[in-house]
Amino acid sequence: MSEAENKNSNRDHPQMSQSQSQLATGDTGFAKKAMPEILLSGYQRRAGAFDELLAKDGKIFPHYAKLLGELEEFGTRELARRADACQRFVHEHGITYNVYGDPRGMERPWQLDPIPFIIAPDEWQTIETGLIQRATLLNKILADCYGAQDLIRSRWLSPALVFGQPDFLRPCHGIKIPGDTFLHFYAADLSRSPDGRWWVVSDRTQIPTGAGYALANRLVTSRILPEPFRENQVHRLAGFFLAAQNALSQLAPRQADKARVVMLTPGPHNETYFEQAYLARYLGYMLVEGQDLTVRDNHVWLKTLSGLERVDVILRRVDDDFCDPLELINNSILGVPGLVEAVRAGTVVIANALGSGLVQSPAFMSFLPGLCRHLLNEPLKLPSVATWWCGQKIAREHVLKNLDRLVVKPAFRTHLKIAEAERGELKRRIEFDPDLFVAQERVELSTAPSWDKNSLAAQPVSLRVFLVADGDGGYRVMPGGLARTSPESAGKFISMQRGGSSKDTWIPSTTPVEEITLLHASNQSVELRRTGNNLPSRLADNFFWLGRYSERADATSRLLRSALLRFNPERGGGARPLLSPLLQTLEAQGQLPGISARPELWANAEAFEAELLAAIFDPERAGSLRQTAEQLQRLAMLVRDRTSNDMWRVLSQIDDRLATTAPKQVMLAGDAVGVLNQTLMGLAAFHGLARENMTRAQAWRFLDMGLRLERAMYLCTLLDATLRSSDAENPSLLEAVLEVVDSSITFRSRYNLLPTVPAVFDLVLLDDKNPRSILFQIKQLAKHFQRLPKERGDAASPGKTILENCLSRLERADARELASASSNWRESELAATIQHTLQALPQLSNAIAASYFAHSAISRTGRGEMQ
Amino acid sequence: MNYHITHRTLYEYAAPVSVSHHVARLEPLVTATQSRDSFSLQIFPEPALRKARTDYFGNQLCFFAIQEIHSKLEIITHSRVTVQPRKPAQNESTTPWESVAEMFRDPVSPEVVEPYQFVFDSPQIRASLELADYARESFGAETPLLAGARDLTRRIFEDFKFDPRATTVATPLEEVWVKRRGVCQDFAHLGIAFLRSLGLPARYVSGYLRTRPPEGKPRLVGVDASHAWFSIFSPGNGWIDFDPTNNVQPAEEHITVAYGRDFGDVSPVAGILTGGGAHEVKVSVDVEPLE
Repeated sequence: MSEAENKNSNRDHPQMSQSQSQLATGDTGFAKKAMPEILLSGYQRRAGAFDELLAKDGKIFPHYAKLLGELEEFGTRELARRADACQRFVHEHGITYNVYGDPRGMERPWQLDPIPFIIAPDEWQTIETGLIQRATLLNKILADCYGAQDLIRSRWLSPALVFGQPDFLRPCHGIKIPGDTFLHFYAADLSRSPDGRWWVVSDRTQIPTGAGYALANRLVTSRILPEPFRENQVHRLAGFFLAAQNALSQLAPRQADKARVVMLTPGPHNETYFEQAYLARYLGYMLVEGQDLTVRDNHVWLKTLSGLERVDVILRRVDDDFCDPLELINNSILGVPGLVEAVRAGTVVIANALGSGLVQSPAFMSFLPGLCRHLLNEPLKLPSVATWWCGQKIAREHVLKNLDRLVVKPAFRTHLKIAEAERGELKRRIEFDPDLFVAQERVELSTAPSWDKNSLAAQPVSLRVFLVADGDGGYRVMPGGLARTSPESAGKFISMQRGGSSKDTWIPSTTPVEEITLLHASNQSVELRRTGNNLPSRLADNFFWLGRYSERADATSRLLRSALLRFNPERGGGARPLLSPLLQTLEAQGQLPGISARPELWANAEAFEAELLAAIFDPERAGSLRQTAEQLQRLAMLVRDRTSNDMWRVLSQIDDRLATTAPKQVMLAGDAVGVLNQTLMGLAAFHGLARENMTRAQAWRFLDMGLRLERAMYLCTLLDATLRSSDAENPSLLEAVLEVVDSSITFRSRYNLLPTVPAVFDLVLLDDKNPRSILFQIKQLAKHFQRLPKERGDAASPGKTILENCLSRLERADARELASASSNWRESELAATIQHTLQALPQLSNAIAASYFAHSAISRTGRGEMQ
Repeated sequence: MNYHITHRTLYEYAAPVSVSHHVARLEPLVTATQSRDSFSLQIFPEPALRKARTDYFGNQLCFFAIQEIHSKLEIITHSRVTVQPRKPAQNESTTPWESVAEMFRDPVSPEVVEPYQFVFDSPQIRASLELADYARESFGAETPLLAGARDLTRRIFEDFKFDPRATTVATPLEEVWVKRRGVCQDFAHLGIAFLRSLGLPARYVSGYLRTRPPEGKPRLVGVDASHAWFSIFSPGNGWIDFDPTNNVQPAEEHITVAYGRDFGDVSPVAGILTGGGAHEVKVSVDVEPLE
């Protein structure tokens, strides 16, 4: 009899028609209820693995009973609907995970299984105490290794484990760490063996990642399964983060209420960047990169638009050896030069302390039982997976004898590629450099119910649990964690990098849970503020370019749309001369490079159309709309923690739409126009959100400056090309110009006649009421300049001078000049003004960059004077 | 022997530097055979912050930060040291190398914990089977440790050509090994890599070397340079130095500044600049014997 059948014969009641009202009574008799028949029809316990849902006798464990009862109530269809909603929420919240070495699909949607992982309260207690002990122990080991090193001298710890490890950071030895707390955060990966015991599979002490994903999982899961979430009285996660917030602000060398905590990120390419941005926002910390910080007078400062602001605590998501290029690593210039010295001077605290990666080595696991008795006077409560470090003779001999049975791993963070080594080679390497290897028992993971093709399936699961130092020498455990599942039984090693999925983790409470919020308690008086934190220069830069690219996408779409609409293969080349100002603008701005030098295109309608389509869809083509959209999304990611989810969503959709339209596919010009229309709608939504939903602070200002500058560039190029065209007087051409700049309606309402050159130029160049005119852009830019933080020194800012010149020329200009014969237009004062503006705009962009973005390059000296 | 050493380092930057942070390890060590009679370190422009301390390996270092805009940096040290002649080591009567290597295999006794630091790979030096094979020619079965080290020193001197154009400070050791060319820093690294590949503790020494003018010529001032060699731990004798660039065992003419696992631990001046662009460096060292 198979296990599934066995299960079925055990059920109490065959009827599955519990009504919704019965459910709502909070009836606790689920165990007595029908065995969830349909949901579990395909559920197979795996031979030799512990199952989280079903006991050996096939009965549902009591802590899963409520959930299973509710799920069965929903029925398969409803569950499928909620599973879809789950993926949709993940997408809408932009929860992603970056996969290395995947340039196109760098941002991968986070995988979340809708069925939570549930751990019984009493069992959780065991895990909690075990991990608190472990964090305390690891912290003590770190304090000794970076201090007295008694453990090494008294042989509790093999010296090779410390001295031979790249993660032992010698410059950090002897630094006084406040409260001797190295590990402000700690995480452990757990798995459950077939006998039902929990084991620690790995320790995370360098940068314990995942707490943010656990929080995101909770957000989604509690929303798609609100009823079971309530019924199970699941412990909330907020208390953990509140404790983290309190602990971090208390670390500040300055008074806690003035403390500035920042989160240091390696940047958007890091695999867990989403989590960093998410947590930074949730905890209320500014997300900064190394180049945003500087050390002066042995203090750490944040570079903002209006000067330097002191930083007290750095929550780092950067590996410690990349934190200070002066002292920590020799071949990188990432990080903040002088940081270690500032830490040494005690003016800044870093969490986790620099050097904390040391005890993350799996080799430590074999020493923990002894160290625990020695340091804490008690046995190790939660065992580690059986580990042999080859640096020890007896362990090495065991490993060499049992190579087939064991999993051999690098003991330290190195670039050893073990998987590829064949056995004989591996043996030789272990014998030559034994310290570098550990071997571990293969882990047979337990299985938990997961959503799989409309029913529940048992999938291998492991759990990451998170701890935070409470500031009084103790630790607090997040009640929950990041459960990870792998689709197939190959789950010896679950990694999000290799396509696993994740789950929310529920710890049910026996009593009603308390609601906690990270916002300040209401009895606390809050100082009202009208300005937020000052904007780091790097973000100002990103906002500026976000503005520029969004307008570039807009202008490109408009030009291409008008070109496509006017392009009619039936008419042959007839309409093309009238298109030339549009095409020249696209050429000058990089979308149709070299098109005027390819007259053969004019004779070949198909090739010409293909060229236009490529300028829209071709992802490989420099300057294509598709590329611009990608740039937009990249920039949006860089300012992710400063923009709303809506803005992010709108930009993602633009890129998605262009990306899903296959470039090679034979397409009609009409289809392309449809895509352009949608793109323009998306951009309008983006600009609308920026306009209506962003406070008029520095971020918005730089975004708008970028937009104005880019728009002015396109307008100048278009008007310049129009004046050069021999058909400039042709009303069809002028109609096209008006259409591109969205001013046809205005024109018609004013003139009620066919467009003429002076009237069009007056409207598009000089009318400061027209938001699409050049003068309007320049005036807006000038307004922004007045509100920017003042530069140091008295010298007039170069940007301001450039703008004033443009403005005075434009204000003197008069479009009536163009009323006379067309032959003089190119030599007219107006043409010169347009030319002048066109040349001034790139200079203005450079001036803004020089004054406000100033990414000074960092370089290294002092390696070259040896004989 | 008494020496007055003057070490000038001048950096000139193509673009202005707004902030720079430096670590200098220029102060000669005090050892059993070397005393430091005086030391001064001048920095131009005057740093906003300057701190002296002892590093993990016991070297004297000076951390300094310059926060005013500058386009050059000059560092001048004056050291007066007295070097006692080292007792010539009885190379032939030292412990066979295998038993020394055995001491540095787990479990290691507490007495050798300090030298044990120098058995492992370090950022610029990686042991390999290939290097071990080369080293074994000097370390046959039961070869006394220092006799083997002396022979290894000779072979580096003979097999590798001194060629300042062959390598830069960034050249990895693997390349030096293949090209068979390099400078003192490369040869010191090689010696250490060979010894560590056999499981023996070896460390990097940076310092100065007295140079002798050709017979009958006057001593030229400021033409000397920083120098580097390696040191091996010999139980009972302590750390014994070997200079593979000159094929000698340092006696009275080598002045020790710092020890480390490799050059990265003891680089005389290392800095990180904000701005600066390309830079040029001029170093002049003068080792003046005083009598």
